[in-house]
Formats: sequence, C-alpha cells, structure tokens
Amino acid sequence: MENKYTGKTFIVEILAVLLGLLFLVPFYYVISNSLKPFAEILTNTSALPKVFQFENYVNAFEKLNYLKVFSNSLIVTVASNVVLVVFCSMAAYMLVRTKKKISNIIFMTFVAAMIIPFQSIMIPLIKTAGTFGLLNSIWGLVIMYLGFGSGMTIFLYHGFIKGIPKELEEAAIIDGCSRFGVFWRIVFPLLRPITVTIVILNSLWIWNDFLLPSLVLQNPELRTVPLATFFFFGQYTKQWDLALAALILGIIPLLIFFFSMQRHIIKGITSGSIK
Amino acid sequence: MNSQTKATNLQGGALQKNTNVSKPVSMASKKKWKDAGLFTLFVGPVLLAFTIIVLIPFFTGIYYAFTDWNGVTGNINWVGFDNFKYLFTEDKQFQASFLLTAKYTVVAIILTNVIGFALAILVTQMLKTRNILRTVFFMPNLIGGLLLGFIWQFIFVKGFASIGQITGIPLFEMAWLGDAKTAFWGIVIVSVWQGAGYIMIIYIAALQNVPQEIVEAARIDGANRWQILRHITIPMVAPAVTICLFLTTASSFKIFDANLSLTNGGPFKSTEMLALNIYTEAFVNNRYGIGEAKALIFFIVVAAITVIQVMYTKKKEVES
Repeated sequence: MENKYTGKTFIVEILAVLLGLLFLVPFYYVISNSLKPFAEILTNTSALPKVFQFENYVNAFEKLNYLKVFSNSLIVTVASNVVLVVFCSMAAYMLVRTKKKISNIIFMTFVAAMIIPFQSIMIPLIKTAGTFGLLNSIWGLVIMYLGFGSGMTIFLYHGFIKGIPKELEEAAIIDGCSRFGVFWRIVFPLLRPITVTIVILNSLWIWNDFLLPSLVLQNPELRTVPLATFFFFGQYTKQWDLALAALILGIIPLLIFFFSMQRHIIKGITSGSIK
Repeated sequence: MNSQTKATNLQGGALQKNTNVSKPVSMASKKKWKDAGLFTLFVGPVLLAFTIIVLIPFFTGIYYAFTDWNGVTGNINWVGFDNFKYLFTEDKQFQASFLLTAKYTVVAIILTNVIGFALAILVTQMLKTRNILRTVFFMPNLIGGLLLGFIWQFIFVKGFASIGQITGIPLFEMAWLGDAKTAFWGIVIVSVWQGAGYIMIIYIAALQNVPQEIVEAARIDGANRWQILRHITIPMVAPAVTICLFLTTASSFKIFDANLSLTNGGPFKSTEMLALNIYTEAFVNNRYGIGEAKALIFFIVVAAITVIQVMYTKKKEVES
C-alpha cells in the first residue's frame, strides 16, 4: 500500500529535487562564472554567461602548468597505491598466518598508530624525512604515504585474510609452491574485493591531500594539483576568472574517477567505515 | 652469514645433547630461520617505512615538546614544562583556538549527522530520482577540503553579494567572511555540505538492513510513519549512529584544509582552529618546540576521543 507512488510521494519527490538543486548551487556558480570574462563575473555573478568562452581555461591551463601538476598527482597517487597494496597485503598475510606474539605486537602497533593525527607529528616528520633524504622528491612523498597509509590498509587486509581458509595454501605448498608463490598466485587474487575498497579510499585521500605535499615538496616543478591550486589562488587573489577555471580543472579528474567507479566507491565507503 | 653460523651452533648444541634426534632438530631450526627470513621479507618493507615516517617522528615529537627548538638552528635545549605552562597561562590564541575547535566540533557533529540522516531517509523512499539524488548529495565529498574552501570563498564573497542584490535579503548582503561569527558559520556550512553525503551513505546501508517484515507488521498494527521511524528505524540503525558520530567527531576536530582555504583563520585569527594554529606556530612563527607541545595536547585529545569510541562500540557489540 505504502510502496505505491502516491500524491504524497510526488510532493516528497519535488522537495527532494529542490534540495538536490540547492546542493548543486555552488557548482553552478563556479562553472557558469568560469566561462565569463572578468568584468561580467563582477557585474552579473548569478546569471548564465552571455557568451560561453573558454579563454579562462586556456589561460589557467597554461599558468597552472596543468599537464605537469596533473601528471605529478597521478604519479604520486598511482605509485603510492601500488606500494601500499603490495607491501601491506604481504605484511597482513604474514601477520595473520604467523601465530606468534611478535605478529600480534606488530599488528597492534599499526592499528594503534592510526589514532595519531597527522598534525601532531608533522613537525618532527620534516626533520626525520630530511635525515633520510625524503624531502623534495616525489618518491620520498610516496614512501611517506606508505608509512601513513599502512595502518588502515593493513587493518583492512588483516580482517579480510582472517576469513580465508588455510587449506588452499597448504595444498599448494604440498605441491611444491613456495610461500612467496602461494601468496601471489593463490591468496592475492582472493583479496580483490578488499583491494578495490582500499585503492578507492587511499586514492581519494592521496589525490586530495594538501598538507603533507605542501611540507615535503618545495620545488614548484613537483607540485600536485591541490598544491598548485593553492599557490595559484595566492598569486591571483581576486582574479576570479582564472581562479575559478583553475578550480574546475582541479575537480574534473575527481569527477571522472567518481563516475567511472561510482558503484565501487559507494561500496568501498560503506565497508571501509564500518570496520 | 651471521644467522647461519648461529644456526649451526644451535645444531651443534643439540647434537651433543641427543645424537638420536639431531636430524629433526637441525631441520626444525633450518625451517625456523627460513620462516624468520620470510617473515622479514613480507613484513619488513612496510614496517621500515612505518617506523621512519610514523614511529620515529612520534617519539621524537614528544621530546621536542619539552624543548625550545626553533627548527632552524641545531641548538635544542631542554626546557621542561615551560612550553605547556606558556600555552595554558599566556597563549590566549591557543586557548581561543581550542575552545573554537570544540565549539565547531559540536556544531558540525550535530548538523552533519542530522542532515546526513535526513538525506538517507529521503533517498530510501520510493522516489524516481533517488539514485541521481544520492550522487548529487555525495558529490561534494569527493572534492578535498582545500578546493571546497576556495569554491565557497567565491560563493560567500561574490555569490552571496549577488543574491543579496537581487533578492534584498539582508542575510546575503553581509560580508560573511569579514566577520568572526559569520565566518565561523561559513566553515560549518562548507563542512556540512561536504560531510553530510558521506554520512548519508553509511546511514543508507544501515537503513537497508532494517528488516521490512518488522516495518510491515507495525504498519498493519496501525503505526504511523513517525512512530515507525521513532520506535523501529532509529533503534535499528543505532550502531550506525555511533559510527557516524565518532567519524564526524574525529574529522571535525582535525579540520585544516577548508579552514586554511576559506578563511585562513581570519578575520584577525578569529576562526583559527587548532590544527591551523599548530601549523602557524611551527611553520610561520618558527617556534617548533611550542608547536610540538600544542601537537602533543592535540594528540592526547584525539586519542582520548578514539579510545572512548572503541570502548563504547565494543561494549555495544557485546550487548547486542
């Protein structure tokens, strides 16, 4: 009875759509104004552009050095994901399968460290990272993401691997497969669902992260998208025509990622938060 | 090399004691070393990165909190509790930031959860547009706090002014970011706009786990929508409420990006939250020792919140 589409539902639907539009208003303002010349932004902020012109984008694209910063972000995100998935899945597997006190101590250390907020260790981190030569380098940054992401990644893998029966691996070992081979050929493919979740959560975090790269990367050539946007805003304060186009250029990769993986993202967030 | 010699020594010892079992013992000890090697190969790399990136800075950080380190010179002197004394007696900005962050956290938790829950209820109705609405409400969450802050800077400065001009509503004619009170609410609006969709996703999952038979049975017994919500739905999603409350607590308390890009603590440092205050102390004022003392207090508060959360959820799990 209640599950039919009634007049009441229609009213709810209209209200919901209005609320949805309200959520989109900021996007409308940014997109429509990014297509206007500067003077028109100042005089006609709320209206649609009189003429759609993409000049702001061309300018922002060049001034941001967009291709460079985009590929920096891409390299950092992809490389960090690879090292996180490879090393954390291996570690979690060994920690689950080795029934010793030391495994438990190491696992608990990783989990406990998850509560340390980044801001409370960023100051000494810069000193330690300097000692180990990790500053001002994309690869240093990747190693840092391995360190900071390891807690949650190992935690999620650990929980998942505990549910995988040991019998398969034992059979393979009897057949002469090494432990290394067992892990990569038999266990790792079984981890696919949790790997997808982990990659999505880590990608959104790393792509959007501002504070860590801002402390690590001083060389302008190495800047990631959020860093470049930040400096761009500082340099072109109140030059809204360029700034808005730069913002949209920063958002587009995220939207493409979202719409191509929407189902996985929603699932990943649900399972990632509940654990 | 070393480990091999050690292994042979062990074997030798075993040999002397009992020659009969020498073979199995030597095999067992060989296996033991092989296992230790494998363990190191699998766990070592990430443990090494974790130690350098998290553990060493964490422990040296505790030490720096008791020094006058300025980050530039290598001259670091032990000052005992002086930094903490300074924070609690003299550093008014730190105290103000702490209180502001606490206030902001409470406001953001309530609004994000209430709105997130309401959105979840809304998009689990039989609406034709429910899938697209879920996407719309979730979308701000994809974008990092830094870009969101910039987006809203434009909305508050130019968008609101324009809406005010057209409609004449005084609320939009104010300079939102130029006044301490409205700038605070500006940050709240941005974080709720970002966070509500995320919380909505978790509530949707919880709502879908409410057994329809119970809802149906209550309906047949004559319960109205509100009664069903109050007495069936809300108790059934209580575990998700706990999760969401603590998720929003931790993330609100740690707010940095949107704070930096929307107001940068202004006007006159009136919206400088704790994380930004620590950042400024260390990297702008170059007072690393005091900054680290703040960071230590920050850690203790966040850790306390998290420990209470874990204890609370564990207790709930046992009960149910």
